[in-house]
Amino acid sequence: MGHIKLSQVSKRFGEVEVIPPLDLTIADGEFTVFVGPSGCGKSTLLRLIAGLEDVSAGHIEIDGADTTHVPPAKRGLAMVFQSYALYPHMSVKKNIAFPMRMAGVPLEEQERRISAAAEALNLTDYLDRRPGQLSGGQRQRVAIGRAIVREPQAFLFDEPLSNLDAALRVGMRMEIAELHKKLKTTMIYVTHDQVEAMTMADKIVVLRAGVIEQVGSPLELYHAPCNEFVAGFIGSPKMNLIKGAEAQKHGAATIGIRPEHVDVSASEGLWKATVGVAEHLGSDTFLHIHGVPGCDPLTVRVDGELPVKHGDEIFLTPQLEKLHRFDAQGLRVA
Amino acid sequence: MATHHSRSAARLMMAPAVVLLLGWMLVPLTMTLYFSFKKYLPLRGGDLGWVGFDNYVRFVSSSAFWPSVLTTLTLVGGVLLITVVLGVVLAILLNQPMWGQGMVRILVIAPFFVMPTVSALVWKNMFMDPNYGLLAHLWEFFGAQPVEWLSQASLPSIVMIVSWQWLPFATLILLTAIQSLDSEQLEAAEMDGAPAHKRFAFITLPHLGRAITVVILIQTIFLLSIFAEIFVTTGGAFGTKTLTYLIFQRVLESQNVGLGSAGGVYAIILANIIAIFLMRIVGKNLAK
Repeated sequence: MGHIKLSQVSKRFGEVEVIPPLDLTIADGEFTVFVGPSGCGKSTLLRLIAGLEDVSAGHIEIDGADTTHVPPAKRGLAMVFQSYALYPHMSVKKNIAFPMRMAGVPLEEQERRISAAAEALNLTDYLDRRPGQLSGGQRQRVAIGRAIVREPQAFLFDEPLSNLDAALRVGMRMEIAELHKKLKTTMIYVTHDQVEAMTMADKIVVLRAGVIEQVGSPLELYHAPCNEFVAGFIGSPKMNLIKGAEAQKHGAATIGIRPEHVDVSASEGLWKATVGVAEHLGSDTFLHIHGVPGCDPLTVRVDGELPVKHGDEIFLTPQLEKLHRFDAQGLRVA
Repeated sequence: MATHHSRSAARLMMAPAVVLLLGWMLVPLTMTLYFSFKKYLPLRGGDLGWVGFDNYVRFVSSSAFWPSVLTTLTLVGGVLLITVVLGVVLAILLNQPMWGQGMVRILVIAPFFVMPTVSALVWKNMFMDPNYGLLAHLWEFFGAQPVEWLSQASLPSIVMIVSWQWLPFATLILLTAIQSLDSEQLEAAEMDGAPAHKRFAFITLPHLGRAITVVILIQTIFLLSIFAEIFVTTGGAFGTKTLTYLIFQRVLESQNVGLGSAGGVYAIILANIIAIFLMRIVGKNLAK
């Protein structure tokens, strides 16, 4: 169905190697998220899979067939773009019908698929409007509708939610996740937002400078990041990375402790420190703490009810079993 | 910010420009209307008094009138067709990344800076001359009889000359329009299975629709008053007499100011009919 395999795929733009040779397998029906900071090559990788960019070397296989040099339209993939890329002069209905019209699908079949997609995406009332008359979320749904009706082997999403406001983003995130549960089609989703990656993915691929840093399920990455980069990238707020003497006590160059794995006490603990900014979210409070050797500020996540404020002196103790240790190269020490 | 005081100061300062522009428009218009109701023959007795609508009737009933309207429309239509079609093609070509892009773009725009009289003379003498023109040499090279462009194919020749002048304008506007096309739309269409010619028909061309209507509107306004190219090349002979040229002949060659003025009023009416017609199409297109 939608089994995608990249072997030794690399991409150069002139002299610049954007993606050094990499291997990656995406199983059928899997929701895979490419995540990484901007400029890490995640969108380029997606465009290589889509066929919008040619690979410089290596092979791409979809369902066992070598599609390295197959044109994008023949790969059986559908893509949702960051800008939605709707056709502004066509109605919603014609936008959704466009791929089927190009493929010469019979009209009754087109109608059937359009109404099914419109039903699923709550677009039935908007079929005659033009994209310009729709809100951002509706446009996003039209773009998804246009992808669904092709009944592709895999969906490719290129940062589809980055143009939406925060509230809408959470809603669309759920809708896309539900869509995946319903269709059970392979999906590859590119984002720079680790929250999106954690909440939606079956498998996360963390990229940095075109190199795959780690591949794994969200919780694998959370519990066992293979290096400092992944440790700092996955999780919110970020993991605290402590260098120097404190790290050497644990036999590592750097130790990492997540903000939620630090115990706070008013009377005793390992580190005595001062509260800087306290961010009260209601359910939780994030404390930015000064005075811990080797890490300033250190972030701690505490219960929202805890009465702390700026300038308070408190004691901190990391939960030793949740401590991550990294060597001088930044790699995880077991 | 606009207090009563600054508003009146602004009006005062704009006044000279407004008065000048108004005078520039109103004086000739009023004089045209005034003379169109007079029998006025400068070399044959001067002002011979009021004649009512006589000039209007005579201008339309002249055997040269309807052919001149037809010639005008053929000229305008032909030039529009050529400039829009070639303009779209050139815009697409110029939008491709290539070596020396900036230089090529400047060269393409160059004909627009050549004066109409000069370009018509260049075409007449250097290209279309049946004895020593470049085109004659080309025809002879292939063993063909050189074409006497300006007498055998006079109107098409003028259409060619004017198209050459206006193609840069069309190309420039269409190029800027094509540059604003979101490349993700083309990529989406490519993913959706549209081959290159369908991407052009379904995505690029509709995107250019607005720019094309603007090109047509602006060019029509200027093309209706084409004069120098005809004056320099055929002098209105061989079926190249447009309405503008007919009016020129009535006033200066026949020395009949009244008759020419009546023709001028007809030209204003014709231009307005076309303008209203075009504005409605453009308005519809721009409203999208």
